[in-house]
Amino acid sequence: MKRIEAVNDFVVKFANINGSGSASANELFAKSFMRMGIPVSPRNIFPSNIQGLPTWYEVRVTEKGHLGRRGGVDLMVAMNPQTWNSDLEEIEPGGYLFYDNTRSIPASRFRDNINVIGMPLTEICNSTYTDARERQLFKNIIYVGALSAMMDIDPEAIAELIGEQYRGKEKLLKPNLNALQMGRNYAQEKLTGQLGLKARRADAVGDRIFIDGNSAAALGCVYGGATVCAWYPLTPSSSLAEAFQRYCSRLRVDKETGRNKFAIVQAEDELASIGMVVGAGWNGARAFTATSGPGISLMQEFIGLAYFAEVPATIIDVQRGGPSTGMPTRTQQSDVLCCAYASHGDTKHVLLFPEDPAECFEFAAAALDLADRLQTPVFVMSDLDIGMNQRLCRPLQWDDSRAHDRGKVMIREELEAGCEFGRYLDVDGDGITYRTYPGTHSTRGSYFTRGTTKDRYARYSEQGPDYIDNVQRLLKKFETAKSLVPRPVLTPSRRPARFGVIHYGSTGPAMHEALEALAEMNVHVNALRVRAFPFQDEIAEFVAAHSKVFVIEQNRDAQLKSLLVNEAGIGPANLISLLHYDGTPITARFITREISQIAAALNVRPIKKDKAA
Amino acid sequence: MTYLAKPRLHHPALPVNKLGYTRRDYEGKVSTLCAGCGHDSISAAIIQACWELDLEPHRLAKLSGIGCSSKTPDYFLGNSHGFNAVHGRMPSVATGANLANRDLVYLGVSGDGDSASIGIGQFAHVMRRGLNMTYIVENNGVYGLTKGQFSATADRGSKSKRGAVNADSPIDLVSLALQLGATFVARSFSGDKRQLVPLIKAALAHRGAALIDVISPCVAFNNHAGSTKSYDYVREHNTAVNRLDFWPSRDAITVNYGEGEAIDVLQHDGSVLRLCKTHAEYDPTERLAAMDLIARHQAKGELLTGLLYLDPGAEDLHQHLNTVAVPLNSLGTADLCPGSQILERINASLR
Ligand SMILES: Cc1ncc(C[n+]2csc(CCOP(=O)(O)OP(=O)(O)O)c2C)c(N)n1
Ligand code: SF4
Ligand SMILES: [Mg+2]
Repeated sequence: MKRIEAVNDFVVKFANINGSGSASANELFAKSFMRMGIPVSPRNIFPSNIQGLPTWYEVRVTEKGHLGRRGGVDLMVAMNPQTWNSDLEEIEPGGYLFYDNTRSIPASRFRDNINVIGMPLTEICNSTYTDARERQLFKNIIYVGALSAMMDIDPEAIAELIGEQYRGKEKLLKPNLNALQMGRNYAQEKLTGQLGLKARRADAVGDRIFIDGNSAAALGCVYGGATVCAWYPLTPSSSLAEAFQRYCSRLRVDKETGRNKFAIVQAEDELASIGMVVGAGWNGARAFTATSGPGISLMQEFIGLAYFAEVPATIIDVQRGGPSTGMPTRTQQSDVLCCAYASHGDTKHVLLFPEDPAECFEFAAAALDLADRLQTPVFVMSDLDIGMNQRLCRPLQWDDSRAHDRGKVMIREELEAGCEFGRYLDVDGDGITYRTYPGTHSTRGSYFTRGTTKDRYARYSEQGPDYIDNVQRLLKKFETAKSLVPRPVLTPSRRPARFGVIHYGSTGPAMHEALEALAEMNVHVNALRVRAFPFQDEIAEFVAAHSKVFVIEQNRDAQLKSLLVNEAGIGPANLISLLHYDGTPITARFITREISQIAAALNVRPIKKDKAA
Repeated sequence: MTYLAKPRLHHPALPVNKLGYTRRDYEGKVSTLCAGCGHDSISAAIIQACWELDLEPHRLAKLSGIGCSSKTPDYFLGNSHGFNAVHGRMPSVATGANLANRDLVYLGVSGDGDSASIGIGQFAHVMRRGLNMTYIVENNGVYGLTKGQFSATADRGSKSKRGAVNADSPIDLVSLALQLGATFVARSFSGDKRQLVPLIKAALAHRGAALIDVISPCVAFNNHAGSTKSYDYVREHNTAVNRLDFWPSRDAITVNYGEGEAIDVLQHDGSVLRLCKTHAEYDPTERLAAMDLIARHQAKGELLTGLLYLDPGAEDLHQHLNTVAVPLNSLGTADLCPGSQILERINASLR
């Protein structure tokens, strides 16, 4: 029978039961490749459950550095009887099944075009350990040991990782190393030659780091100077606030007094968390909240207030499958419109679309600057795929000469010197007005903040002209935002291209892999990664320069496309949506197939090399 | 109702406080509430209290939700920053503001609808978190601004202006706050300046969550069962035109009664409110005793007023969060940003 033979380029998927301790063992497996200089891209596929439901961990080993999800599975480590049938189905023909053969499984429950590797894991554990917990926990390490031996993973690399994990907890270190060795020994004796997937030391990781987007965004908030964080637990955003707490405890405690240069409140709900962010922003502290779709829905009224009263607020939306509770543990990009136009009335908000953890870090810090500069809510549109999965990315960077941009704040001395202060008076012509922090001056610069219409001096008004003056200025401010938000990133094709593709956020890695695959098929496309809303003019120019532009999104309703049509004056006829929204991360295979098929159907032959203009 | 600014000229004979300010310096814009509205009396008491406390007006931040009551921060302390937030959510805004700058004095003004109906969640949580603020509920038992619907503090059996009878049991914010761990709990009456001003002063000086539930008659909509004729006239008129467009102009109700005394207060609609002041020797530091006494008076149909509970050793949210002594909003890049070297170390730990 055919066997998949691959070196440094395959997908391993672990099927486990939630709460069985498999997560740390599987992560160990993934990291061991990186220690050998081979990039990996792991993904947790987990249920909305604490214990008992199926959970998967998918590791893409990719020397070429394709960090998007590939699709398909070359080796299934089937540790969960509940999902046995569907797990087997996912294996590519010629792929491998690794399972616990302590109890015999009837032949009818296997597939005949896959290679089966059995190991009596339960038996080994039962004869080695007496404690039920140990039997379960070490079973995970034992299979990692066996796989590592079969794949030629450097045993030193794994031992080093285990050593780091249990540093200072020597009592745990030894038994883990023993279990690992037990697995290796078994495989070396009984399973040699059974697996055609191999690891070979490479030099493809470089100085990249391995971090999840939520931790990176939390660090961005630390570096960006956030002092107030208010949040309400909600998957997949909770780990962001928790990481902020963790980093602040390490990096933001005053050495002399032991007191905190931060305040984190787990609020009673998202209405309260955004309310606290607005209150803190109004009072001159940098504040943020982390949430997901359901939280954004609850925050709408406050977001409108912050927009209209012009209060800085940073909102990190780690998107998940909606609507309603939707797919709480699956990924989507389906809050784009909800955030762009959050709240009743005419509103538009600044959105940033990070591609990976490195951009989660940068954009979180940038959002805090932008919120202060623009005095408005700013959204960082992360998602579960980058937020909750560790991803290889360039190292985080900070320029020490960078100062936080606190925006236009009139200070005591200026008020004292007689500077004219009108809270909503546009003195610079960019739509952004000066504010004062409460408590600045005894007789000058105080004002009343409200969600009702006001004049340029913040006085209550029910006059139409005052209202129009104000909302037109808000439009001007939004125009100013275009010059401040991250510009789109162009990836030009190596050959002249008729087609363009627009993508954003976590689609990036799959897109880049697809571009390579398409180029090999002689389908050439220029790719533009949109990184922010409002859209800069070059986005419309990009569309105008191509006969058709694919817009790739992870939602059903083509939300970014709607926004492009609505806000960038782009004709919908030029845009073709490619939508992937089943909750799994988009794959290069999906993008490649769709684009190549449509390109063929459009009957547009690829431009020949010799005819290239 | 006028939007004209009041003349700012001081009469030389006006008394000044330690800061050299007259009471006028603590005033705000001219009120746009109905003449005789209890809320205006409360604003006057706030002005008086801040003036007597020698509080620098600009070092106080005033926050509110939405309602007639929540409009009032525009009508006092014109040199303070104010924030008229969204309905029922003042407590969260006050929390964020307070976290940003612990050095200001925070005064929240809300209504019974704002706090006991839509905002009861935030009311409860701000009390239990011990936010250092004074929280005044201007309690009239109705939604004034939306024209007379019941609020959650309306008495059972009371009749709305449109004739509906309230069958739901009322929420007593004072009992609730005690239950939730507020460390300063008081009740008063808008027309009892003698009691209200000292209570506001004490609340502003208290470090922790200080609630004052101030009964504040609404001249337009207080309409308990058994309304008097004069009120019927209004109702007849409004029913005839099928719209609520005529408000009788009223004088604010004032009361004057001593410690340990009870008093019947005739409201605009003819209903009677029975207030009972705590005795001079009442010990407000016993929480359980306070809850018990409040409940006993309630059973008799009386509202117990005065400083009902005070925890002299109260802690506030900043203490719980162990924040630095300086305001968080005063920290700059150098204080907050760990710098590139530390980031390099973090990078190294992620390989
Ligand atoms: C989300 C929302 N729902 C409804 C309203 C309408 N509304 C404005 S004020 C108010 C009730 C105010 O009652 P209360 O807090 O008792 O204040 P009062 O006017 O009696 O002083 C309501 C329901 C609103 N502003 N916002
Ligand atoms: S409606 Fe009632 S609460 Fe509102 S201003 Fe008039 S009297 Fe006061
Ligand atoms: Mg009311």
